[in-house]
Amino acid sequence: MSDKKWPETWQEINPGCMVFRPGSSAEYHTGSWRAKRPLWDKVKCIKCGLCYIYCPEGCITEDADGFFEANLNYCKGCGICAKECWTGAIAMADEEE
Amino acid sequence: MGKRIGIEVAIAAAEAAALCRFEVAAVYPITPQSHVAEHLSDIVNDGRVDASFITVEGEHSALSAAIGASGTGARVITATSSQGLLYMSEVMPIASGMRVPIVMIVANRAVSSPINIWNDHSDIMPMRDTGWITFFSENGQEAVDMVIQAYKVAEHRDVMLPVDVMMDGFQLTHMVEPLFMPDQEEVDRFLPPYVPYATLHPDNPVSMGTLAMPDIFAEAQKSKDAALVNSLTVIKEVWKEWEELFGRKYEPVQTYLTEDADVAMVTMGSMGETAEVAVDELRRQGIKAGLIKIKLWRPFPFEDLKKAVKGIRVVAVMDRAVSFGGPGGPVFSEIRSALYDEPARPAVVNFIIGLGGRDIQVVDFVDMMKKAAAGKLAEPYEFYGVRG
Repeated sequence: MSDKKWPETWQEINPGCMVFRPGSSAEYHTGSWRAKRPLWDKVKCIKCGLCYIYCPEGCITEDADGFFEANLNYCKGCGICAKECWTGAIAMADEEE
Repeated sequence: MGKRIGIEVAIAAAEAAALCRFEVAAVYPITPQSHVAEHLSDIVNDGRVDASFITVEGEHSALSAAIGASGTGARVITATSSQGLLYMSEVMPIASGMRVPIVMIVANRAVSSPINIWNDHSDIMPMRDTGWITFFSENGQEAVDMVIQAYKVAEHRDVMLPVDVMMDGFQLTHMVEPLFMPDQEEVDRFLPPYVPYATLHPDNPVSMGTLAMPDIFAEAQKSKDAALVNSLTVIKEVWKEWEELFGRKYEPVQTYLTEDADVAMVTMGSMGETAEVAVDELRRQGIKAGLIKIKLWRPFPFEDLKKAVKGIRVVAVMDRAVSFGGPGGPVFSEIRSALYDEPARPAVVNFIIGLGGRDIQVVDFVDMMKKAAAGKLAEPYEFYGVRG
């Protein structure tokens, strides 16, 4: 029963791909296939928190000053935050930019 | 050594599972497997094993429940046939991918449409790539023995894969045959209690059937393939041990009079017994005939097959299934491909016979062998005996 973090080779795969460390799925960085990322304009942002409420990934967090930001390890770039932001403070920028 | 009794084979197969002290049976009845399902239910009802019988609403649920039960560390039995097996097809790779040592009895039957409840191998052939170890029994004795052997193979720490045991529908399932039922004591000696690799238990959490993203999925599949390929060693060891304990010999490829043979047939399942009589008849007529019986379909015993065909001029493969629009029957294409790189390979020809319970008699095998020996077969594969 390997407690290795990540198998490098097929020989290291646990039988049946069993995982013996609970909670390890939090380590999947599901944002890796994102095509667009949200960018906040702090001038337009009124700190209402709608982006935080609507984010289906739960990956938006509030910073110390009350502004919001996305954890890009999990943000899939769906754009719901930008759509729901009624002051237009969030723009979706292409990943390669 | 067990007692020799007359018993219906389907009931005997269920009794074999009871001798293995199964703990969960999740079964949905379907012709011609129903007698297995009914008898497993009786065994649990009568308290003859310490087991739960899960009455599921279909085969998809039967195998799903079997996987869940196996995940908790139980020894599990299920059984099905034909459309039921196809209904399980979504869950079959999950069982092998999760490496749960389930044993399943398959009463082979044709698949629809047209609807047909009789025997051929068209139900298991679409399942050949689902990662299960697949045994083909030839008679009632082999069906009983293979169910018990299946647990020992499946639960071996180097294997941990589900095993399905084929027995031809009606031809075997509904026949009353004289066979040796092993004693409980003998089976206990052969088959130790199941010690799982891991179990679903809150005290020691484990995730089974997890997500694997593109960067690890291929490695996971390679590890499953390696487990299946390497299981051949364990299967041979288990069969050797069986032979020592019970005196009945099992080999992945069993041969009959092939040493000096000019032509040989390849059969799987219950055809083998009739084919043996046909070989005797051909020998009486002066034709050097032989018979090759495939007992292990997955993992395919490539080396054993190559050894078996040495020196033979023509090999006629008898398929009880069709690979529609393909290169001939599934067993044929497998064997042809297995021999392709052999420097001195025999000619391999293909007859598709016995579909949907069509009778195959000794005269049919004799006729086919003569056709194969003379090279007179309709190219590239022939539906033998089809009218028109």
